[in-house]
Amino acid sequence: MTAIDLVAARHRPRPRPRPALPRGDLRAVKIVWQRELMRAARDKPRLLTALLQPLLYLFVLGAGMATMTVGGGDALRTFMFPGVVLMAVLFTSFSSAGSLVWDREFGFMREMLVAPVSRGAILLGKALGGASAGTVQGAIVLAVGIAAGVPCRLASLPALLAEIYVAAFGVTALGLLLAVRIRAMPSFVGMVQLLLMPLYFLSGALFPLSGLPPWLAWATRLNPLTYAVDPLRRTLLGDTLQVAGIQWHGWTVPVLLEVALVAAFGGAALALAARRFDRDDS
Amino acid sequence: MQAAVQAHQLAKRYGAVEAVRGIDLDVAPGEAFGFLGPNGAGKSTTLAMLTTLTAPSAGSARVGGYDVVNERDAVRRHIGLVFQETTLDGYLSAEQNLRFHAELHGLSKVAVAGRMRSLMQTMGLWERRGALVRTYSGGMKRRLEIVRALLHAPRVLFLDEPTLGLDPQARAAIWAHLRTLREREQVTVFMTTHYLDEAECCDRIAIVDDGRIVVEGAPHALKTQIGHDRIRLSTVDDGVARSALKARFGLDAKPEDDGLVFAVQDGEHFVPRLCTGLGVPIRRVSVDRPTLDDVFLAHTGTTLRDAQASAHERARSAPMGRPR
Repeated sequence: MTAIDLVAARHRPRPRPRPALPRGDLRAVKIVWQRELMRAARDKPRLLTALLQPLLYLFVLGAGMATMTVGGGDALRTFMFPGVVLMAVLFTSFSSAGSLVWDREFGFMREMLVAPVSRGAILLGKALGGASAGTVQGAIVLAVGIAAGVPCRLASLPALLAEIYVAAFGVTALGLLLAVRIRAMPSFVGMVQLLLMPLYFLSGALFPLSGLPPWLAWATRLNPLTYAVDPLRRTLLGDTLQVAGIQWHGWTVPVLLEVALVAAFGGAALALAARRFDRDDS
Repeated sequence: MQAAVQAHQLAKRYGAVEAVRGIDLDVAPGEAFGFLGPNGAGKSTTLAMLTTLTAPSAGSARVGGYDVVNERDAVRRHIGLVFQETTLDGYLSAEQNLRFHAELHGLSKVAVAGRMRSLMQTMGLWERRGALVRTYSGGMKRRLEIVRALLHAPRVLFLDEPTLGLDPQARAAIWAHLRTLREREQVTVFMTTHYLDEAECCDRIAIVDDGRIVVEGAPHALKTQIGHDRIRLSTVDDGVARSALKARFGLDAKPEDDGLVFAVQDGEHFVPRLCTGLGVPIRRVSVDRPTLDDVFLAHTGTTLRDAQASAHERARSAPMGRPR
């Protein structure tokens, strides 16, 4: 073979071991997901904050508020506990979604954008990664709570973890929807601050939603987080505490429907984020 | 043979700003092609279009035989990219960064392991493969990015200002490594630069200014085209020497600080004639071959250094800088 032939051979279209794109996208989803977890595991300060904050709510705020109620101190703390788990999920999953902004700021985004994979795959990987990181964090808080005496049946653990995962997925997807439009980390943090507290307070994480003034009741029913807290509370405390559940015109929404609502919300947010991300010129 | 990079009237407009005003390119496989010009000349924008990162406003381009607009993924599979700014994840190890890339490009795990090792060894990074990238020096990061860009055996390696911000030693190392890898990988190299010495390392360069290619050719040929060497002459009486140059050789010399400067066709052969025929005792004489900066000057009317300085000036006066 002459040198020319060699060059020509090199530049002939080579057979590729991956004809179908979806398989390539699947690997992309997996590696982006893995990277999120690797980064979450490495970020020790964030792990610690995400653990401390909920515990602060549980043992300081919970204990403090318990002194104001007559007799039912433990009951209040138990009532608040699912909300505290959600807090850990919120914190971790939002930070994880923020990594999209971070990637953009520090250039790593370009490495992903020039890869021969769809941008939707990249976002899905991010969403699953944030959901996993949030679930791990939620599970840790759950374990601490159970060790501290929150009643929990072993049999309900798988259901609880699944509910936490769906909640974390929804939160991450919402975070990604914000993150695809934002170019600088401080703006993202500001945006999350703006959203986090109202969403959290209106979710029934800290107090029962029954008996609220009508406008507040409406707001809570429109808040997707409401349907993330309620299943946790019903699964965790259904036997021990009188839990009413979310009602629509007097009809109690089943747990499965609540979980489905959160999953659908996450899916919609992710699809919208992917559309925006796709139109993005680097 | 099919061109590695081909562009026809490629243009990009950002609102009212015309960043690239119709560029034609034809880069042969295996060639090292340089895009030389000051900041803001449209180099990075052209690169972004060729690498599918931004869509052209007009014109067309093919890279590795594929259309950059209609066959985006195919182009992406066949190019390697090293950006001006680092695009590594500092919180992952070098190896993890490479594995991430391999997965995104759907490479076989077995093939990657061997390739990763040989490329990292060539680049002198193998021993530090487990270290977090944030502990790497600027030169090491750039070398790692080159390894990453070559991992999937691309046909064309695009480098955007590959040695920008590196110290001379690190730059020399990058160049030595690139030369080795280019030969071994038989890859086409397409790079942008505003460093003259970097452009000298290319087989062929295109000088770009204000969104257009002003001239294109091998660095040596471009310099030869300038057609003259510059002679600096210092004599016991420069005034007399100046009129003697005019009278005997028909040359117009310009007085400068410490002597006379003028241009001749072939400096090395002219010096002996000058020594015997000038009639004024000579103190010093030197011959400067034309540089790429002379080429730039001849085609744009300004030196690259001045163009670079006014680009900085523009960047300072426009607070938002150029849209990317």
